[in-house]
Amino acid sequence: MSEKTIVDRSEIQVRDLHKSFGDNHVLRGIDMEVGRGEVVCVIGPSGSGKSTLLRCVNLLEEPSKGQVFVGGTELTDPDVDIDAVRRRIGMVFQQFNLFPHLTVTENLTLPQRRVLRRGKAESARVAAENLRRVGLAEKAEAYPSSLSGGQQQRVAIARALAMGPEVMLFDEPTSALDPELVGDVLAVMRMLADEGMTMMVVTHEMTFAREVADRVVFMDGGVIVEDGAPEQVITAPRHERTRHFLSRLLDPAMAEVEEESADQVGKSE
Amino acid sequence: MTEADTALQPKRKGLSRRQKRSLSRGVQYLVFVAAVVAFAATADWGRLKNQFAQGDIARQMFPDVITLALKNTVLYTVTGFAVGLALGMVIALMRLSSVGPYRWVAGVYIEIFRGLPALLIFIFIGVAVPLAFPGTEIVGGTYGKVALALGLVAAAYMAETIRAGIQAVPKGQMEAARSLGFSPARAMVSIIIPQAFRIILPPLTNELVLLFKDSSLVLFLGVTLEERELSKYGRDLASQTANSTPILVAGLCYLLITIPLGFVVRRMEAKTQEAVK
Repeated sequence: MSEKTIVDRSEIQVRDLHKSFGDNHVLRGIDMEVGRGEVVCVIGPSGSGKSTLLRCVNLLEEPSKGQVFVGGTELTDPDVDIDAVRRRIGMVFQQFNLFPHLTVTENLTLPQRRVLRRGKAESARVAAENLRRVGLAEKAEAYPSSLSGGQQQRVAIARALAMGPEVMLFDEPTSALDPELVGDVLAVMRMLADEGMTMMVVTHEMTFAREVADRVVFMDGGVIVEDGAPEQVITAPRHERTRHFLSRLLDPAMAEVEEESADQVGKSE
Repeated sequence: MTEADTALQPKRKGLSRRQKRSLSRGVQYLVFVAAVVAFAATADWGRLKNQFAQGDIARQMFPDVITLALKNTVLYTVTGFAVGLALGMVIALMRLSSVGPYRWVAGVYIEIFRGLPALLIFIFIGVAVPLAFPGTEIVGGTYGKVALALGLVAAAYMAETIRAGIQAVPKGQMEAARSLGFSPARAMVSIIIPQAFRIILPPLTNELVLLFKDSSLVLFLGVTLEERELSKYGRDLASQTANSTPILVAGLCYLLITIPLGFVVRRMEAKTQEAVK
């Protein structure tokens, strides 16, 4: 599955990125790249800093140190027009964050009109087209509160796509969904990946990561522990921390036993 | 009934719990009715009617009480509300600003104007402003002064309400807007404030009701005959006729506005509750 992408230019580049919240040093020197058209899944235990890393890539969090480049523009440059750069970066949140006072169509048209200064007709056309892409054309006039979580998330993806982004960031897009609704959202993401969208996805969906990602990055304790092809990182991890995380994820009961024995080792030391 | 069931039943000694409850409720009703009857019986209704409910005096108040007094009350209130809303919005945004001095100024303003009686602010506008800025006229004469005085009072309360409304909008809304390329100001105007207003519509309408009543303080500014509102009009007429009927009529005129407004507030609150669900 991998090897298909030849990285002609890196779309996202992160250099020696650090982020602290007070005394809490969340990111401790991250270096990574995402090539154009590449799909990179970031996995890791909660608190490992993966969401923070993603939020640093469009500067929703201000990095404490280091550099972030997207499409050749340095976001960490103090003179950068961050609003202009963010128009090229779509972001999808765990909690969808649709605008509840607007209809589905208005959720898609308002940002186009206010931010991109598109006309009424054009923004409506782009909105309709993107709602069709995520399979929700019939919900155009509905309000977000009347939609299921999976539908809301697909609208959120359509809203980001309507801005014509070069890069899409996904922050645990299926974590807030009921299990039976996850599939529809993943299907839309898979479609985007097949169309060649550059994607950085923080997720716990190992099947998605294995089947769709070109690369998988495993983070723990604010650093990248492992970075490689999905079959290597997920199926045959080199590092003990990766193995431990994956075994916990795949078989929680098993992990507990492991943890206990690890504790005992710790005590005997 | 099995033996276990009977064991759970409390031993019947006199009244059951339910019987005791309904007995106590019955006693409460009885006391209440007795109090109302005693009050009604001891009051001198004849004299009250003479003083407050003279049909011919009430008739002679129309149409002026509506076309002049009520109209002015509404006008003062609405202009005061508009000034208060605009100023309150500015102060709320200053209060939430990342610029320290803005926050302090807004905080001091709120503390002062919320802590002072509205009456003192009316006197201040009427006396201190002409002294401090001689030669300057507040635009709109009395109407401008009232709008300003009511607005200054209302702004302090509304600023706190608006601030709470803005803070009640989930943080993710601002993040989503920023991630789409909205500037902070544009996100505030297009995304956050419209949602905040839906949350605070009921308390803002309550503020409108309060302003209706505060508009009576205009009499401390000294008004011409044409500028009188309900309270002043009612009092003037009461002293002319040596009868209090005009006061009652003026009071009913206030209720004519405030009761429907209260109804609207409750409707909106119910609707907001539904939207949250």
